[in-house]
Amino acid sequence: MSDQRHDDDHHHDHGSELSEMQLRVRALETILTEKGYVDPKALDLIIEAYETKVGPHNGARVVAKAWADPDFKRRLLQDGSAAIATLGHTSRVGDHLVAVENTPRLHNMVVCTLCSCYPWEMLGLPPVWYKAAPYRSRAVKDPRGVLADFGVKLPNDTEIRVWDSTAETRFIVLPMRPAGTEGWSEERLADLVTRDSMIGTGLAKQPAEAGR
Amino acid sequence: MNGVHDMGGMDGFGKVEPEPNEPVFHAPWEGRVMAMNRAMGATGVWNIDMGRFSREMLPPHVYLASTYYQKWFLGLQQMLLERGLIDADEVGSGHALRPGKPLKRGAFTVADVARVMTRGSFRRPAPAAARFKPGDRVRAKNIHPRTHTRLPRYVRGHVGVIERDHGCHVFPDSVVAGQGENPQWLYTVRFESRELWGPDADPTVKISIDAFEPYLDPA
Repeated sequence: MSDQRHDDDHHHDHGSELSEMQLRVRALETILTEKGYVDPKALDLIIEAYETKVGPHNGARVVAKAWADPDFKRRLLQDGSAAIATLGHTSRVGDHLVAVENTPRLHNMVVCTLCSCYPWEMLGLPPVWYKAAPYRSRAVKDPRGVLADFGVKLPNDTEIRVWDSTAETRFIVLPMRPAGTEGWSEERLADLVTRDSMIGTGLAKQPAEAGR
Repeated sequence: MNGVHDMGGMDGFGKVEPEPNEPVFHAPWEGRVMAMNRAMGATGVWNIDMGRFSREMLPPHVYLASTYYQKWFLGLQQMLLERGLIDADEVGSGHALRPGKPLKRGAFTVADVARVMTRGSFRRPAPAAARFKPGDRVRAKNIHPRTHTRLPRYVRGHVGVIERDHGCHVFPDSVVAGQGENPQWLYTVRFESRELWGPDADPTVKISIDAFEPYLDPA
């Protein structure tokens, strides 16, 4: 019951804060524009890019290619930025992208305890939970508990490796390829790769879940 | 600084709550805040480390009670005020009351958008040989600087193993202290869960941070 009351309060506060924030943000943008610091049309284009172009589909293509092409996978794990730079169809990534591979014995998970560092070019803007205190505080201390919040249960003897993004290196998880996908095209495979599977808080979808 | 932003290992924040089909932004103003931050950062008046520090400097109760984009807004406005790029009376009136000041790289226009959509490189030529190599045992220093650092509290004083060498990178602690990029070797350092969290911790868990060389001593 206390959780429910908390939720109600939260939603109520959120509503009133929204309008106040709208006003404050609009005022700041007006000042920056009138001073000639920014062109609002340029701001529109940044927002549009994150709403339409940059998102988890970029990372999913990379994972699908790694599943389908052993040579690419080897290069991806060796130097993520260099390997992805060879893919013309993927958005450019900066330096320092590190891909880490899940195996039946090892599960990787990515967090940023100090702020919210995240591989934007590969996954888009991070979800709210990734930036919020529960995930940032618990991922390094109780990763199995965090996985349970996502409905993921791993075998007790699977090693869990948590990568805290404390510098400008960025991490993407290469999830395990689901069984029963032999011979699938990269495009079909990409549909199985979820955002959470590339953060390490989820697993890739099973073939029966494709399209959901 | 030992702020509330340094959250690794804290208890009491509750369950992680994933949101199905989460939108990119929950309100239009969030997108404007994100874009203003990227744009003003690209004009060269501060860098990514200074931006982070502006949010870490928020009072703890404000930091914890604010959403991500509220923190970004508060940090942005504070950095603009501190650098004299805007004034408090302008924030109050919602309009510019005097002309803008020159920006290092000029105003942010449509032509600059492509540049902010690609991350820059933080790697720099090495001023000295690396002190550590993969496999070396190191102890994270027990330091508590009042200024910006990327050494989280939960590893300080603990022993780990160098796993990867990322080359020499811009050192955030120096940048925010106004001492320039001062490039330092950067390593992935892996810790056993019981080293960090004691004998009751899950032994199948390992945790790593990326640590700049000045954070580490041989162990």
